[in-house]
Amino acid sequence: MAVTVLAPSPPATQPATAPRKAKRGKDRVASIALHTVLIAGLLVMISPFLWTLLSAFKPDREIRTVPPTWWPQHPTLDNFRELFERLDFPLYFTNSALVALAVTAGNLLICSATAYALAKLPFPGRRALFAIVVGNVMVPVMVTFVPTFVLVSRLGLVNTYAGLILPNIALAVNVFLIRQYMLSLPDELLESARIDGAGEWRIFWRIVLPLCRPVLATVGILTFLGSWNNFLWPLVVATTEDHYTLPVALALYSVGQNQTQYGLLLAGSVVIITPIVVVFFLLQRHFVQGIATTGMKS
Amino acid sequence: MTAIAAAKPPKRRRGLRRAATAWSFVLPFAAMIAVFVAGPVLASLAMSFTDIRSADVRDPLGVDLVGFANYAKLFSDELFGRAVGNTAIVVLAGVPLTLALGLAAAIGVNSGLTRFRSVFRVGYYLPVVTSIVAVAVVWRFLLQPESGLVNSLLRLAGIDGPNWLASTTLALPSIIAMIVWRGLGFQMIIFLAGLQAIPRELYEAAKVDGAGPWRQFLHVTLPSLRPTLLFASVVGMIGLLFVFEEPFVMTRGGPLDATTTVSFQIYSQFGFGNYGYAAAMSYALFLAVVLLSILQFRLLRSDDER
Repeated sequence: MAVTVLAPSPPATQPATAPRKAKRGKDRVASIALHTVLIAGLLVMISPFLWTLLSAFKPDREIRTVPPTWWPQHPTLDNFRELFERLDFPLYFTNSALVALAVTAGNLLICSATAYALAKLPFPGRRALFAIVVGNVMVPVMVTFVPTFVLVSRLGLVNTYAGLILPNIALAVNVFLIRQYMLSLPDELLESARIDGAGEWRIFWRIVLPLCRPVLATVGILTFLGSWNNFLWPLVVATTEDHYTLPVALALYSVGQNQTQYGLLLAGSVVIITPIVVVFFLLQRHFVQGIATTGMKS
Repeated sequence: MTAIAAAKPPKRRRGLRRAATAWSFVLPFAAMIAVFVAGPVLASLAMSFTDIRSADVRDPLGVDLVGFANYAKLFSDELFGRAVGNTAIVVLAGVPLTLALGLAAAIGVNSGLTRFRSVFRVGYYLPVVTSIVAVAVVWRFLLQPESGLVNSLLRLAGIDGPNWLASTTLALPSIIAMIVWRGLGFQMIIFLAGLQAIPRELYEAAKVDGAGPWRQFLHVTLPSLRPTLLFASVVGMIGLLFVFEEPFVMTRGGPLDATTTVSFQIYSQFGFGNYGYAAAMSYALFLAVVLLSILQFRLLRSDDER
């Protein structure tokens, strides 16, 4: 899995902006120049997505026209219809979603429990385990996938959901992130619960997890994203079409017999990218809120 | 004395119980990590000293130890040499470009002059969250010689654009351009966090001393960002050393192996069933990553201690 750390959007400490009236003319020129550059950059970042989205609704012939069109002249749903009817994209979509949901749920449970022990429960072996967690963060899939594949195939899990899910169900980076957050929880709170006779699991469920909601949201989003976009492991372990995830299907179609079907491939990209972009826009706000509320509390 | 001796066993039992409770939290993770990470890391090393092939998975008795033969083969494997060269180019060009553009974007977005900062932040970050496979497919079409967006824009400027991905000289730079485009938003977010941690008094003091924006950047921003730069460059380097999806989708390593990478070779050898050789390649890459990370820490930290 490619480790992308989506840092929660930076804290709301805006640099103090002087009252606009006081802005000098020099500032205005600088501001216009800066905005021109930033907007040009924004266009470079965004236009490939817009062009892809629009082109997915064009017939192949129109995608090949020179010069290319921006707005579809003959808008059509054929590309999507073919993806969903002739090819098995509904199945790949379901596979991707199932795997991502299972991986996310597993990580949230397993990693937060581990993080709690590492942050708040002294036990023999804690330092060693934490060292292993940190070391594991740095081990890339590229190094482990060959023996992992041998293991998974000896377990008979090639081409199964378990084979797709299990190797990613407990990612060290998540333990690390949640632990860092849990360290900031006050020990007195847990201690008073212990005096009241609550067991550690009860404290974990009833007190610690609810307090960790912001970091769990972050970890959940990151894990889902990572799994949805994951490529190498599903490519290795899903050997027949019925267990392909979306990226595997798209990559193999794009180098296989469909490689010249531009509309189809662009529509496939749209199907992969759109859910993530929607989630990203929705949770961007959620992130800002989470940071605002934690900021108010502290 | 007797009282203490009598009190000891229950205390120790309580300690054991607490350790058992703690381990009940940790056990699932420890088990998964042992099976799917720690085990494979060791197994990968062991496999790299054998001639294990895909057929041996069913019958492990057919595997022979071959010592360092797989590693020795790496040095005579021309294709692997090509892959190492290409990967080095991707890292050496891609990391500085991504860092520089990410930092520029962060400074632009962070400056007091910018409005709609969240629009820019979200927009620049957008490519980071999207699937590399999907984005690589998109870029393949952007770079189409006739109907692609890039060459159409060049044509408006009167330039006849080349067939980017079919050219042995331009395919790799094209892939690097895509990598930089996709990665700069990630670095921007890291730098934004770093920039906001710089105390404003430092800039005030620099202004009092008569420093203009450029000197403020050189003498306040850059030194203050040193830890951020270290983190960003190490993360960027590790990511690019494993570059795989981009050549897989955009060029299949071609034309004429001009875009093959180490990870691409590992995957191909795995595909050919040469598990032992693939394991040796992946371990060599792992070793390179660890050594280069340590080197980078040394380089950027020693400056700090001076």
